[in-house]
Amino acid sequence: MKYQNQESIVSHLRLKTSPRHNLGDVVFKYTTMIFALIVLSLILLMGYEMYQDSKPSILKFGWSFLTGTTWDPVQEEYGALPFIFGTLVSSAIALVIALPLSIGIAIFLSELAPPRLERPLSFLIELLAGIPSIVYGLWGIFVLVPWIRTSIEPFFSRHLGFLPIFHGAPYGFGMLAAGLILSIMVLPIIASISRDVLKSVPQTQREASLGLGATKWQSIRLILKDAKSGILGATLLGLGRAIGETMAVTMVIGNRPTISYSLFDPGYTMASVIANEFTEATSSMYISALIEIALLLFVMTIIVNMLARILVWSVTRSTR
Amino acid sequence: MTTDVISRSTTLSAKPTEKQGQSTSVKMTARNINAFFGKVQALYDVNLDIAGNRVLAIIGPSGCGKSTFLRCLNRMHEVAGGTMTGTVELDGQNIYGTDAVLVRKRVGMVFQKANPFPTMSIFDNVAIGLRLTGGVPKSQMNDVVEHSLKQAALWDEVKDSLNKSGVSLSGGQQQRLCIARTLAVNPEVILMDEPASALDPIATAKIEELIYELKKDFTIVIVTHNMQQAARVSNTTAFFYMGKLIEFDETKTIFTSPKQKQTEDYITGRFG
Ligand SMILES: Nc1ncnc2c1ncn2[C@@H]1O[C@H](COP(=O)(O)OP(=O)(O)OP(=O)(O)O)[C@@H](O)[C@H]1O
Ligand SMILES: [Mg+2]
Repeated sequence: MKYQNQESIVSHLRLKTSPRHNLGDVVFKYTTMIFALIVLSLILLMGYEMYQDSKPSILKFGWSFLTGTTWDPVQEEYGALPFIFGTLVSSAIALVIALPLSIGIAIFLSELAPPRLERPLSFLIELLAGIPSIVYGLWGIFVLVPWIRTSIEPFFSRHLGFLPIFHGAPYGFGMLAAGLILSIMVLPIIASISRDVLKSVPQTQREASLGLGATKWQSIRLILKDAKSGILGATLLGLGRAIGETMAVTMVIGNRPTISYSLFDPGYTMASVIANEFTEATSSMYISALIEIALLLFVMTIIVNMLARILVWSVTRSTR
Repeated sequence: MTTDVISRSTTLSAKPTEKQGQSTSVKMTARNINAFFGKVQALYDVNLDIAGNRVLAIIGPSGCGKSTFLRCLNRMHEVAGGTMTGTVELDGQNIYGTDAVLVRKRVGMVFQKANPFPTMSIFDNVAIGLRLTGGVPKSQMNDVVEHSLKQAALWDEVKDSLNKSGVSLSGGQQQRLCIARTLAVNPEVILMDEPASALDPIATAKIEELIYELKKDFTIVIVTHNMQQAARVSNTTAFFYMGKLIEFDETKTIFTSPKQKQTEDYITGRFG
């Protein structure tokens, strides 16, 4: 008797709520859509604001802002090339060091490591990604830079000193230190996303190649082929992080706006110059020039990150 | 001639009776196979002789260990993280004492789910096995690919689109592509895990014809849920139930006068 009652109540409720339930779906859909649009418009608004604020500098210097090498607030002459150079070179060094290591780590974690080892190692790597960059910076100043000054730079100038990139006195602080610290910071990003990409390649693909008589190594190479664009995406995400990284780089790069072939020489990056000079910028043109650098950085990171996401998605989606 | 089958325990080696005096050599022998997934046991003490140049059909209800047994025969079981005890001999040599890569070159496999390489063209999907093993000159590659695709009854459908992606094909075509891929490396034994489960009757008939042709040169083990198919293509049939080999005999005997009650129940559709 009771059961019957309950059932009728339930069906009654169901009848009553079903149209409202649909309405709820619609409301929910549009509310979440609005939130998503807010994020999008925030990005557009930021870009627009920066464009407005940097207009004086854009109008005055034009393209020469990108090619000029003089950064002289006293003479009100602003060329951003040394910063662009510093950002690109330090990021490139970071990728050259981090990419092979990350791919090796990702292959080990996804293809070779027993589960007992894989989980704690993956956790440790993801932990690395969460360390605040100021901590990396301090470690850079107190450990990495002295080590570079006393060991790495003397080693390279002794053995490969004839190359222009290893010319000059060993300061410790400089492009090499920035690239190294960035490589440590982007490594967990590239490694963990590459591992996810490799893991998203279905097990049946591994069986397909092994079943044909492929060796483990041949099978891994085929999997890497499947995962190629995803790994490229992971690399670009790492690049995005490297381009935008401010604190740790500022602490070790030496902060001098020069363009030098040598990795031992100090440099400067776009993010660092904004962080260091914005509080001191007094004239409106000075501020405008700094904001133009910010705008450049903004556009660069958005493009890099968008490309990266598209590549990672295309892999992790299509193979599932 | 076949009366001794009744008394034979399933844990002993079961040899099928010879047919019309035609002697068949034993190609593979499975001895005391116990297979596990972690702590779960999937096979219990399976003993089976696989005759050369003949077709062995494996039947049994879903989950009874057919695929697992098949995968023990070319060391794919360990790829899925399983473990096993017992020995499997190929031409008298224990495959668990040699290099798994060499074993899989000689004992090819068509998987239950079609798994072409998604980033490769149809041509490359068939050629990949030869490229991996090497030793086939480029000039011969085209011939091998064409021959394998013809054998798998796929050539006419794809001959004008060999550069298209392997995954652009329908499910049944993909399965035939995988069959062609396995044939291309010219193994001695071919393990087929329900190769026709995704195929229409016409393609199925083609595959069955293919199996009939192939047994001249190859030894074939086929898992199937389709009794008629087992009856049509195979010389011998093994019935598995709950991880055990219940009965193994000439196909005709299994389907006309099975010795075990469970086999009869399964074949007549009383369970399964
Ligand atoms: N990867 C795996 N991990 C754990 N257990 C598994 C795995 N694969 C199979 N099993 C178990 O092993 C047993 C045998 O599975 P198997 O795939 O050999 O069955 P099957 O006879 O091929 O069935 P089907 O006809 O459905 O393909 C099942 O009980 C299944 O649950
Ligand atoms: Mg199966």
